[in-house]
Amino acid sequence: MKTAKLEMLKEKALNIRLGALEGVHAAASGHPGGSLAIADILAYLYFSEMNVDPKNPKDPNRDRLVLSKGHTAPALYAALAEKGYFEKDMLKTLRKFGSILQGHPDMKHIPGIDMSTGSLGQGFSAACGIALAGKIDSKDYRVYSIIGDGESEEGQIWEAAMFGAHYKLDNLVAIVDNNGLQIDGRVTEVMNPTPLDEKFAAFGWNVYTIDGHDFDQIADALAKARNVKGKPTAIIAKCVKGKGVSYMEDQVGWHGSAPKDDQYEAAVAELKANA
Amino acid sequence: MAEKIATREAYGNALASLGEKYTDFIVLDADLAAATKTGTFKKKFPERFFDCGIAEGNMVGVAAGLAASGKTVFASSFAMFAAGRAFEQIRNSVGYPHLNVKIGATHAGISVGEDGATHQCNEDIALMRTIPGMTIVNPADAVEAAAAVEAAINTYGPFYLRFGRAAVPTLYDANYKFELGKGVKLAEGSDVTIVATGLMVHLALEAAETLKNEGISAEVINIHTIKPLDKDIIVASAAKTGAVVTAEEHSVIGGLGGAVCEALADSCPVPVLRVGVEDRFGMSGKVPELLAEYGLTAENIAAHARKAVSLKK
Repeated sequence: MKTAKLEMLKEKALNIRLGALEGVHAAASGHPGGSLAIADILAYLYFSEMNVDPKNPKDPNRDRLVLSKGHTAPALYAALAEKGYFEKDMLKTLRKFGSILQGHPDMKHIPGIDMSTGSLGQGFSAACGIALAGKIDSKDYRVYSIIGDGESEEGQIWEAAMFGAHYKLDNLVAIVDNNGLQIDGRVTEVMNPTPLDEKFAAFGWNVYTIDGHDFDQIADALAKARNVKGKPTAIIAKCVKGKGVSYMEDQVGWHGSAPKDDQYEAAVAELKANA
Repeated sequence: MAEKIATREAYGNALASLGEKYTDFIVLDADLAAATKTGTFKKKFPERFFDCGIAEGNMVGVAAGLAASGKTVFASSFAMFAAGRAFEQIRNSVGYPHLNVKIGATHAGISVGEDGATHQCNEDIALMRTIPGMTIVNPADAVEAAAAVEAAINTYGPFYLRFGRAAVPTLYDANYKFELGKGVKLAEGSDVTIVATGLMVHLALEAAETLKNEGISAEVINIHTIKPLDKDIIVASAAKTGAVVTAEEHSVIGGLGGAVCEALADSCPVPVLRVGVEDRFGMSGKVPELLAEYGLTAENIAAHARKAVSLKK
């Protein structure tokens, strides 16, 4: 990847991380760990991969993103604000009474949200439906769905995986945020969903395993997925929960709790210092 | 008695015939197309039919995704597995974003028959009624079922369409004008109001005949649209007669009876007696045996009507 593009993506990812933390801090609630984990993936999707126009968020030909792990909405909202769907100022209204920025994505009120999600497993099925609609209408849009490794304990994920392969939804890409943690602990200890790559492959998917914080690897997997015909692609993205904020990294406690003022300031300082 | 047709049969036929007039709707099923009768549509429009296999939760999610892409979608299974198993998918993926998904639920109620309790859903109306923005239609016969399907196509938003397995008498002719959300007064009366839905409607009419011979004048109202409920027709009738009996092939908890009690409690509190499944699970048996066992009969409606009249102040 060219240096200029890499720098641009790093800046976008930084802003997504800062925006997600700003929202969670202001709300004094929310899910920072997973939000930081998917920031690089969102940066790549919105600023390099997806054909979307914030001025025309309902364009029937647009690419779609379904955040099946809807609790990491703070990062998605920050990405949408960064892209220009709404003012960045709004991020601090996250989860507040009267704000459109609901605790989990709400397609009815938030520009750029393609599907309401939050109840785990459900967004992935909807992503299959959106991809199927593209096939029915012979449209060439692509559908991206970010799911969690913990979320993959939901049976519905595998119902959807069966469906996606059965109907040959090669316009669908599942990106698994494989950060290894869920609320109650390590995914391998709570209810082991691994091996996710072999499971998706067994369900008939084309599978890549990448480092979810390496833009070259993200770019390469998504580019290759575009050329795969007749089957959907699953990208198992090894991510670090809390990525970029050292005291949050790989710490299960930061799944769903907000940083206090001093912690927030330290997080912002660290992110900016390392940019 | 008129010709008997199951409302599920009418559902499948309506999908197939309306498929020509409305060229954009999609039909999904979960491995029950032969039983839900969506197979009739599948035969005619194979490119607009998608089997989701035995995975109802995913089917509802796929329906939501199709609807989020602009499609009108019918998603079918038995009431137990649609409203029951996929309740939360309907609630969160269809109801909350208010998507244009029509749940075509067949084999509702006790008249499933021999399959028994696991397949007899007497709770679906109660479940669906609690979802904001959900329209619920429980047609009384084949004519009303077909009309309900077309109304669902023409009305944006989530629908729960409730159909039965067993053949029921056809009450309406081709001139019937179905109005979504409007109750239908089938008999005028002055002593008691019988509010019925689904297969109980023809039994309510029978009960009214019995009562007439005893000198009790019963008004019969068919409520096909349980939500939004036609409160006006119910309150007006209750104000006139002073006593109400509800009749439904569903639990007495949370269904039509619950809806009618809620409507009358604040506007016209009169005695309301509910005929329905009395907080029990179903069992295997032939349809007439089960209807008798669970009190879903004209005789039981009449008995409740007599009691309601006696409770009047």
